[in-house]
Amino acid sequence: MTTSIVVGLDGDGSGKRALDFAKTLAKAMGTCELILVYVIEWSPYSFQTAEENAVRHKRREEEIHAALERVVTPSVEALQKEGFSARGIVRHGDVADLLNKVAVDEGAGQIVVARSSEGGFVKRVFGTATANLVMHATVPVTVVG
Amino acid sequence: MKNLSFAALAGLFALPSAAFAQEAGGIDQAVNEAFATVTGPFVSLIFAPLPGTSFPWIVLWLVVAASIFTLYFGFIQFRAFKHAIHLVKGDYSDPNDAGEVSHFQALATALSGTVGLGNIAGVAVAVGIGGPGATFWMILAGLLGMASKFTECTLGVKYRNEYPDGTVSGGPMYYISKGFIDRKVPGGKFMAILFSIFCIFGALGGGNMFQANQAHAQISGILGDFPGWITGVIFAAVVFAVIVGGIKSIARVTEKVVPFMGVLYVTAAVIIIAVNYHQIGWAFGQIFEGAFTGLGIAGGFVGALIQGFKRAAFSNEAGVGSAAIAHSAVRTKEPITEGFVSLLEPFIDTVVICTMTALVITISGQLMVDPATGDYLMDGNMIQTIGGTSGVGLTSAAFATAFSWFPYVLALR
Repeated sequence: MTTSIVVGLDGDGSGKRALDFAKTLAKAMGTCELILVYVIEWSPYSFQTAEENAVRHKRREEEIHAALERVVTPSVEALQKEGFSARGIVRHGDVADLLNKVAVDEGAGQIVVARSSEGGFVKRVFGTATANLVMHATVPVTVVG
Repeated sequence: MKNLSFAALAGLFALPSAAFAQEAGGIDQAVNEAFATVTGPFVSLIFAPLPGTSFPWIVLWLVVAASIFTLYFGFIQFRAFKHAIHLVKGDYSDPNDAGEVSHFQALATALSGTVGLGNIAGVAVAVGIGGPGATFWMILAGLLGMASKFTECTLGVKYRNEYPDGTVSGGPMYYISKGFIDRKVPGGKFMAILFSIFCIFGALGGGNMFQANQAHAQISGILGDFPGWITGVIFAAVVFAVIVGGIKSIARVTEKVVPFMGVLYVTAAVIIIAVNYHQIGWAFGQIFEGAFTGLGIAGGFVGALIQGFKRAAFSNEAGVGSAAIAHSAVRTKEPITEGFVSLLEPFIDTVVICTMTALVITISGQLMVDPATGDYLMDGNMIQTIGGTSGVGLTSAAFATAFSWFPYVLALR
């Protein structure tokens, strides 16, 4: 039976660390699909101007295209070249919520993320996406240091 | 719908002379007279009374149209209220549409366009002329206006344009022309063009002239009287810098700050009302009593009714068509869902916020009462106020009774 691992990407070094660890796990497991998820932070409750609303659909398409082109597709292609089974998903919303939701929807065995890059005041007030994921996830989470 | 737009746009122009009665002379007077000459006949036509009465035909038109929408859709504003809240909360949103304009965002954007001067100065004008009783009719107009807003915003989404690059554009100019063609009724395009022209006049009158006028009233109330043309020139220069000069950063900052100032305004009103909770019953008593007796104001209860309906239309813009433009950007496959969401707008704007302003003005005791009769003291057709304030000055004075710094917030607003 093929299992799958959801890997949180952020287009940064921490996403790469998570991916490297997930590759190690996948190799050890044999048949394993890697699902790379890139979340574009988005709140349906943020305030937007009328002009921003009018072009929102276009902007959304551009954001998804940019995320796929710059982060997700190169990573998926690199994994496939190395012989891994992999695919990518780009979503808008809350990072912690969506990583968990994708994992549940896809029946993934676990989620692999790297330690969050947030710090300072924001971290103290709101916590981090990684900490939120660990607290609320309904599937096992591995946090790479 | 065209006629509704026409009516509300006229409402934007129909500013009481008292609101403009602050010219320092010279240039101010010349500018005021020049505009009065141009807009005077237009205002007279729109606010012409029904023969043999003092009731403007356009107010009747607004009431009749909103009542028809209410009856035709079976009191949709009450039946769909709960559903509208669920939609705004995102209970029915498709997760795959995340990143698109949400119902909440469309409502917030539309509200930020309507919650403003109408709630601050418009209510003060209504209460200053029509007494607290005008509030009752304003609330009624707000409740009826919910059906008008539901209608126009549903149409706004249904007939919007979706361009190949993904941008969308909607509003009365599209739904009038397309809807008329759908129904095989001629004249849609002509009316759509007429709407667009009135939109420009409305933006000039209610969107710029009244805003600048009341902003000057507030600023000069703090800094001391100075010629209005100075404020006008500064405002014009800033707007020129943004629109023509391309200094978008000013607009970006103000667009994002304004909603928070609206929240601050409502919070202050809630605090004042909460602190004076023992007067709420009395204030509502004044509102209900004044609604039917007028409490001695000029024109009696009809005067209160007219002011209530006029200022409600100015504040919540139900029937104007402007909200339909804002709401048409939402990503939904079912246009009626946006109609449901939009009916919350007149409720929040008029039934809640305008009522708060009216309660604060009434509770603050700014309106002077004859102790012998209990009726309001009149100065011409206006109720006498402490300090002789009117419009935004009256609201400012009312809020200043609790928060002495609030006039500065209103000046920034």
